[in-house]
Amino acid sequence: MAGIETDKRAETAQPKLSTEHLTVAFGRNGKTTPVLNDINLAVGKGEFLCVVGPSGCGKSTLLSTMAGFLSPTSGAVKIDGEVVNGPDPRRIFVFQERGVFPWLTVEGNIEFGLFHLPGAERRRRIIHYIQLVGLEGFEKAYPAELSGGMKQRLEVARALAVNPDMLFLDEPFGSLDSITRLTMRKELLRIWEAERNTIIFVTHDIDEAVQLADRVAVMSDRPARIQGIVKIDIEHPRDVSSPSYLELRDGISQQLGLAHKI
Amino acid sequence: MNSLAEPRKWERVFWPVLASIAFLALWHFCVIWSHTKVFPSPLAVEKGMLELARKGLLLRYIADSLRRVALGFGAAAVLGIPVGLTLGWYPAANQVVNPVLQMLRPISPLAWIPVAIVFFGVGDTTAVFLIFLSAFFPIVVACVSGVSNVPSVYRRAGRNFGLNPAQLLARVVFPAALPQIIIGLRIALGIAWLVVVAAEMIAVDSGLGYLVIDARNSGKRYDLVVAAMLLIGVIGLALDLCFRRLRNIRSVRWGFRNEW
Ligand SMILES: Nc1ncnc2c1ncn2[C@@H]1O[C@H](COP(=O)(O)OP(=O)(O)OP(=O)(O)O)[C@@H](O)[C@H]1O
Ligand SMILES: [Mg+2]
Repeated sequence: MAGIETDKRAETAQPKLSTEHLTVAFGRNGKTTPVLNDINLAVGKGEFLCVVGPSGCGKSTLLSTMAGFLSPTSGAVKIDGEVVNGPDPRRIFVFQERGVFPWLTVEGNIEFGLFHLPGAERRRRIIHYIQLVGLEGFEKAYPAELSGGMKQRLEVARALAVNPDMLFLDEPFGSLDSITRLTMRKELLRIWEAERNTIIFVTHDIDEAVQLADRVAVMSDRPARIQGIVKIDIEHPRDVSSPSYLELRDGISQQLGLAHKI
Repeated sequence: MNSLAEPRKWERVFWPVLASIAFLALWHFCVIWSHTKVFPSPLAVEKGMLELARKGLLLRYIADSLRRVALGFGAAAVLGIPVGLTLGWYPAANQVVNPVLQMLRPISPLAWIPVAIVFFGVGDTTAVFLIFLSAFFPIVVACVSGVSNVPSVYRRAGRNFGLNPAQLLARVVFPAALPQIIIGLRIALGIAWLVVVAAEMIAVDSGLGYLVIDARNSGKRYDLVVAAMLLIGVIGLALDLCFRRLRNIRSVRWGFRNEW
């Protein structure tokens, strides 16, 4: 259902985010190596897009550029029709749990981006997002006292607390054990269904992509292009043993497998 | 003993006390067996200390030494932390200043004594200045490396939430570097305490360093010399223990291993 809705929006209205002939190259030892080559993508408002691709192909580079931490060598990233030229609190980048501030408590971390709000509103959001990610009882705890999964949820809560309309997640669950990873996926979907932010989610786990995304963008090896975009037309909650799920998953594997063979 | 097991509370006090008693006993018997006329026994030192206390000199000298350290070390921290943070924050500035810093740093504060005397005369200011110098460089260096070691994810996250550079420095870079800064301050305090004793031997007429020199020069009172030495050691230890408590502050605890 969600998929159909976003598709309509993506076709008719202006996309939330678009990249236009985006190219990024890094200079190293006097040579410039292209990493991203002519990336053209359009992401609809409220869409959940997963990006998969071989290791080192430039997924993190793409995400950093979209978030405004890197400037494109040529081409542009546009959000709401405006060219991105720096990070912005309206779109938050979430790192693999490493981004939480160890010198602040759980509350302090969530409060970090709320400095421009009045005190009462700050309290309200802290309470709301602690509850949303299930960290009640740990308000005064420091990150060193939390597990990896709890830190990850804390970082997501800190990002959501500023009410961003976009989230960039770079392999957010990569360092978690497989059980925690599954629960975190469920949590993220639940949060996304409640908040309806536009999410761009990088992963190298094809199953993860097919479980979460409205669409999956498959990247080729370096210099990376978008090799294909796969629409995941399955309603949530998704049955991971259904034929349509397996078919989509194998299709993406095949696309990636071909990319490896060249 | 299992080295992984946490020592029990009484053990943590008991063994050091036992070692201290053993040390005093060894010292006592060495003095007796060697029939030395110069080196005092622990009991003679204790008598000497009581004599100083009776004259009111003991507390005055301790207070004078501590006051000089507090002034010199305090000034070094007040000046050194902002300088170090600035240099760490602007790598270009650091590249310009770093060679000069690295050249000044290995010069022992004692080598500054003649210069300091020319500037400030023989007196308190000279001693405080030498302590300041000795503590300033380690503090600056610790701040610079603390700031440049702040993981880039923290800066990025700070920028992402819309912090301007001043806010980023105050709310991200400083707290992230604080554990390293505290380590630098602790090292600097240790050096400052070494230097106050040396400075007092030359530049002033009070303090524990002065006591060492004065007791020797006026009547070869080696009991007082050793008494002063012991006090210097015990007070240095106490200062360090106080400083180590800082790591228990919860917002910096993350930056320390169990031992430091
Ligand atoms: N700052 C940089 N300077 C030079 N080269 C870089 C820089 N950052 C990334 N690269 C290069 O760009 C390429 C893509 O890196 P990137 O981190 O985007 O890959 P990735 O797809 O996220 O990989 P992974 O799946 O392992 O996370 C790599 O070959 C890397 O060497
Ligand atoms: Mg990556």
